[in-house]
Amino acid sequence: MNNVFVYIEIEGTEVREVSQELLTKGRKLANELKVELHAVAIGTGIKGKVEEQILPYGVDKLFVFDAPELFPYTSAPHTDIVVNLFKEEQPQICLMGATVIGRDLGPRVSSSLTSGLTADCTQLEIGPYEDKKSGKTYENLLYQIRPAFGGNIVATIVNPDHRPQMATVRSGVMQKAVYEGNCKKEVVYPEVGKYVSPEAFVVKVLDHHVEAAKHNLKGAPIVVAGGYGVGSKEGFDMLFELAKVLHGEVGGSRAAVDAGWIDNDRQIGQTGVTVHPKVYIACGISGQIQHIAGMQDSGIIISINSDPEAPINKIADYVITGTVEEVVPKMIKYYKQNSK
Amino acid sequence: MSLKIIVLAKQVPDTRNVGKDAMTAEGTVNRAALPAIFNPEDLNALEQALRIKEQNPGTTVGLLTMGPPRAGEIIREGLYRGADTGWLLTDRLFAGADTLATSYALATAIKKIGDVDLVIGGRQAIDGDTAQVGPQVAQKLGLNQVTYAEEILKIENGKATIRRMIDGGVEVVEAPLPLVVTVNGSAAECRPQNAKLVMKYKYAACPLEVAEDDARKGLRTGRPYLNLTQWSVADVDGDPNQCGMSGSPTKVKEVQSIAFQAKESKSLTGADADIDGLIKELLNDKIIG
Repeated sequence: MNNVFVYIEIEGTEVREVSQELLTKGRKLANELKVELHAVAIGTGIKGKVEEQILPYGVDKLFVFDAPELFPYTSAPHTDIVVNLFKEEQPQICLMGATVIGRDLGPRVSSSLTSGLTADCTQLEIGPYEDKKSGKTYENLLYQIRPAFGGNIVATIVNPDHRPQMATVRSGVMQKAVYEGNCKKEVVYPEVGKYVSPEAFVVKVLDHHVEAAKHNLKGAPIVVAGGYGVGSKEGFDMLFELAKVLHGEVGGSRAAVDAGWIDNDRQIGQTGVTVHPKVYIACGISGQIQHIAGMQDSGIIISINSDPEAPINKIADYVITGTVEEVVPKMIKYYKQNSK
Repeated sequence: MSLKIIVLAKQVPDTRNVGKDAMTAEGTVNRAALPAIFNPEDLNALEQALRIKEQNPGTTVGLLTMGPPRAGEIIREGLYRGADTGWLLTDRLFAGADTLATSYALATAIKKIGDVDLVIGGRQAIDGDTAQVGPQVAQKLGLNQVTYAEEILKIENGKATIRRMIDGGVEVVEAPLPLVVTVNGSAAECRPQNAKLVMKYKYAACPLEVAEDDARKGLRTGRPYLNLTQWSVADVDGDPNQCGMSGSPTKVKEVQSIAFQAKESKSLTGADADIDGLIKELLNDKIIG
């Protein structure tokens, strides 16, 4: 009862990093609330293969559901397992990755349990709440903090009267860390048939194809990011060249992705990847909050923008007032000259 | 086979290119400065529906939206692009709905419409980016769902074959009808408005959009397709406690515009000397290698 739950996302027998990041966050929340951290892992042939990828992150109790056809993920069987487990366990908080799976499963579970769900949270905290209408006060609610309205505002959402309080978080937003404290590390293997009926397996996956990531934007020490000011797809070629000489990766703002200049898996921001590089070079990016939310923790921020008033300049360590076309080739040139 | 398709659509403020004038001096969003548009991924959804209609004679495509009376605009836009009909859910009781209360309202209306084979919507709306309403509608209707769809490849023998995006890859799934599908922005773009349909539906309107002294009242009397359906909570036999603010488990505790901690920054120009100096400084400090 009343514990913190994390839904573990698994590709084959490999636990996705986002779930480990959530376990680390979930552990902190559980400690603050003085409750246990539980995890639920659902898949096929995972028994004996996933436990060690999950328990080190501070899990008190892990529920492993292992049966045929639970991988690849389909909505109904995973929903049934989570919903029926939650009816027994009555958790107060449930965290999921804001991934394709988490964003398919989360709303389905929340609708089944009539509980509130907040998507794409960037911060999770515990605190009190007073309902101004009823005057009722609440202690220890989960503050689900997320940018809203295209990232122009930040909203703190609470679910005062419904449990579990559910939130999804994107990959890379939280940082994973093996837990040094004590936890129970109990593992149970419930009978799958008691939680899901055969009728749930009506959607068939005919083909499932996952490629290893084409780039390592999330972990790159240097990120060269382009926005609308880059001007064209060809303009991005220059950014790729700069990233190559600096041994970095290229990302883009939502505006650049929407314009079709760069693949959407390279989008940096609240609705894309969150990065924490040593150096972030923003090329022609104005700096909407939705973008800044995905890169503000970078070490050194260099902004190249023809508009000296661009909002991103406020958080930049170096502001270069000039066009991307002019400045980026010079950076390549002088890096080559000086680095020898 | 002929199918009955409902496309879920939302009128949203265009948050994609928010300029400086879209924020007020107090840092709040100036909604008036943002144009109201047809949510982009809902247009991708409409295109999938129209393609199915072309391949399956007798199929009808209706557009369902919830919003203030002006949201009738997007029903007209849907009609211009090839939809057959539309329903506007509008009522003060719907106001302030979170995703759960929204999905309750939409699911209730879909039940009222009845005998639906396919419900297709965009993956998410650009004013909230939650992607929650589609799956929640599916759950409330007790239907299966396929999210992040890129193309509905075929519909045969009561089953849809759909290609969908997943993290780092693609999947092809087969799901029985009736079904809820949400369509990703990477799917085919929606066809443009058709001039003939614009002529036909230009004066289509919901009752709340029409003023008492409207000069075109007579025109609408003879042409039933110009009278768009408008439903209140009572019209769809909805439970007011599950609608709008009262049906929403999530509450907004506070809203802030974030002011980022301004840093002391060095200002440079694009001149060679400045760039050369910067690169040298970064190399000396071992910030870049």
